[in-house]
Amino acid sequence: MSQQEIDQLVDQDYKYGFVTDIESDTLPPGLSEDVIREISTRKGEPEWLLEWRLEAYAKWLQMTPPDWAHLEYPPIDFQSISYFSAPKKQGDGPKSLDEVDPALIETYNKLGIPLEEQKMLAGVAVDAVFDSVSVVTTFKEKLHEAGVVFCPLSEAVHSHPELVKKFLGSIVPQNDNYYAALNSAVFSDGSFVYIPKGVRCPMELSTYFRINQQNTGQFERTLIVAEEGSYVSYLEGCTAPQRDENQLHAAVVELVAETDAEIKYSTVQNWFAGDDEGKGGIYNFVTKRGECRGDRAKISWTQLETGSAITWKYPSCVLKGADSVGEFYSVAVAGKKQQADTGTKMIHIGPRTRSTIISKGISTARGQNAYRGLVKVLPGAVDARNFTQCDSLLIGDQCGAHTFPYVEAEEPSAQLEHEATTSKVSDDQLFYLRTRGMSEEDALNMVVNGFCKEVFQKLPMEFAVEAEALLGITLEGAVG
Amino acid sequence: MLSIRNLHARVGDKPILKGINLEINAGEVHAIMGPNGSGKSTLSSVLAGRDDYEVTDGEVIYMGQNLLDLEPEERAWAGLFLSFQYPVEIPGVKNIYLLKAAVNAIREHRGLPELKAAEFLKLVREKLKVMQMDEAFLHRNVNEGFSGGEKKRNEILQMQLLEPTLALLDETDSGLDVDALRIVGEGINRMRSPDRSVLLVTHYQRLLDIVKPDFVHVLANGEIKLSGDHTLAKQLEREGYEGFEAA
Repeated sequence: MSQQEIDQLVDQDYKYGFVTDIESDTLPPGLSEDVIREISTRKGEPEWLLEWRLEAYAKWLQMTPPDWAHLEYPPIDFQSISYFSAPKKQGDGPKSLDEVDPALIETYNKLGIPLEEQKMLAGVAVDAVFDSVSVVTTFKEKLHEAGVVFCPLSEAVHSHPELVKKFLGSIVPQNDNYYAALNSAVFSDGSFVYIPKGVRCPMELSTYFRINQQNTGQFERTLIVAEEGSYVSYLEGCTAPQRDENQLHAAVVELVAETDAEIKYSTVQNWFAGDDEGKGGIYNFVTKRGECRGDRAKISWTQLETGSAITWKYPSCVLKGADSVGEFYSVAVAGKKQQADTGTKMIHIGPRTRSTIISKGISTARGQNAYRGLVKVLPGAVDARNFTQCDSLLIGDQCGAHTFPYVEAEEPSAQLEHEATTSKVSDDQLFYLRTRGMSEEDALNMVVNGFCKEVFQKLPMEFAVEAEALLGITLEGAVG
Repeated sequence: MLSIRNLHARVGDKPILKGINLEINAGEVHAIMGPNGSGKSTLSSVLAGRDDYEVTDGEVIYMGQNLLDLEPEERAWAGLFLSFQYPVEIPGVKNIYLLKAAVNAIREHRGLPELKAAEFLKLVREKLKVMQMDEAFLHRNVNEGFSGGEKKRNEILQMQLLEPTLALLDETDSGLDVDALRIVGEGINRMRSPDRSVLLVTHYQRLLDIVKPDFVHVLANGEIKLSGDHTLAKQLEREGYEGFEAA
């Protein structure tokens, strides 16, 4: 294939590029203590949470943005960003879909996720986050019966203050990093999930995020607590409308898994990647961390990252409990002028803790994809084991793949394995498949899907189908 | 069926094919023999549409169409099949997935309904039996970790499934032991029919003992130097290509 053909193949317009016209309740750009007080007031928060935000803000002011990632972007002007935006409410908020702004429903329809149908769909409850405020929550009753709490974090602050107070910031401290501190100060909303002891969550919990408000940063904050012997699978999927200005996104996700609990967290991320020059794409700085507190606890992160101009994201596991397990399965695609610096951290503390890292990076056009991972084994993590596999796939010759594996083993009995490969989609492979009657596009999809298979197998079924389709859309274009 | 007229092709600045003329009629089996580097594999690659080669002159008419105007997949839809000298590995893609996708892609362009999983499995099992291949083959990644002989059998299996009108078999006999050679040869023989043609590219005569060609051509230095019936292969086996090298 010629470079021109490859360019055409990977070049395509963002399918979900539209802006919904909803009146918004938006704060003017800028960040100060007053802004934080205003956010807290508008959300009707208790005093302790305001204090917590202000504390985080004070820490953030002392910090500087991290510069170690393999990313290039102009400095972000944090005063040019608006820190709060909420869809206008009618009365005390919608009690049924009829009360939801029709423009919002239309947006969901364009995205192919009509809420009416979702209610009937087999067992997927949706906590729809539109801009910053959760608008519609479904399946609450069924979850309520099981004792599962699944609601916007802003609601949990009032309904379950003791839990929020106990766990908020317990996994990702306010000053963990620059963007986590910013999030702690200004976080808008997100999901709160609590699975009581011994409960297997009766359905997969799903949240669709969507950045809609022009020039508004998104600062989701999600907290999932799985008590002893419980299980939950959480799905997070994102799309965003096309626009010109860079949008900052700095989310924090905290997971707590107690003894014998299991949390499966799956993400499909498809935010606007920017145009061919990288203009207009989302900046995605995310802190995701889970802690296996009890023995035999298990946390799995599975992600498909296809969007954003910049991705800075390292979902991590702290393996405290004996025999606890951490997993990270990732497919990251960097096309156009996208830059991705993503990976994971596995911190082994308890004895016989095990972790698995499977990372698949795909680079096309002028995309730059970096895997950055840390495997740390502390003294006392007797017989800890890690297996890491990092594979990079290059399509074309203007893209790049980079691997930065860090290992800090302080426990002599630990066994760590690392495998890394870099390959190109070869002309031979494409030609071979085309002589078997496959179009150039189908041939490329087949090679890429084969490359990603180990990760897609880990996604819940309906998400895996979506992931393959999304990967196809990401790589499709006018085949010349 | 296939008419090659004055075909010239090169890689970079280096001319490889220097005026090939060849007529293949329906039902015929032709063998192209010749020393290494004579242009045998280039000929089959150019016919299948690999774009590493630049055609500088001549034309190829296949079933009334100008073959060189078609993309590789369009040639496949039109009934052309290339068995690769070096079949390509596709990591993570199961053989059965590729086979089914290929069969259905070609069926679609022949106006046939898509084969459902059960129908396909029945068909592929039948063909596996012919090729004396284990069903485990279907669940291995395409050509990954296959021995040389397994790869070649897999190619002929694909040919059986795709039922081409014109099969180009590039060095299909290389890397095969005696038993595998017989299985592959018989697999090719089963495909012979009055409306199907085969172009065998080979360095050795041994496959031609099993698949008896109607015509044998000697390709050397980018040109067909000599054509004859199957006895020419025997003659080459005895005398070698020496007379042709210096041409």
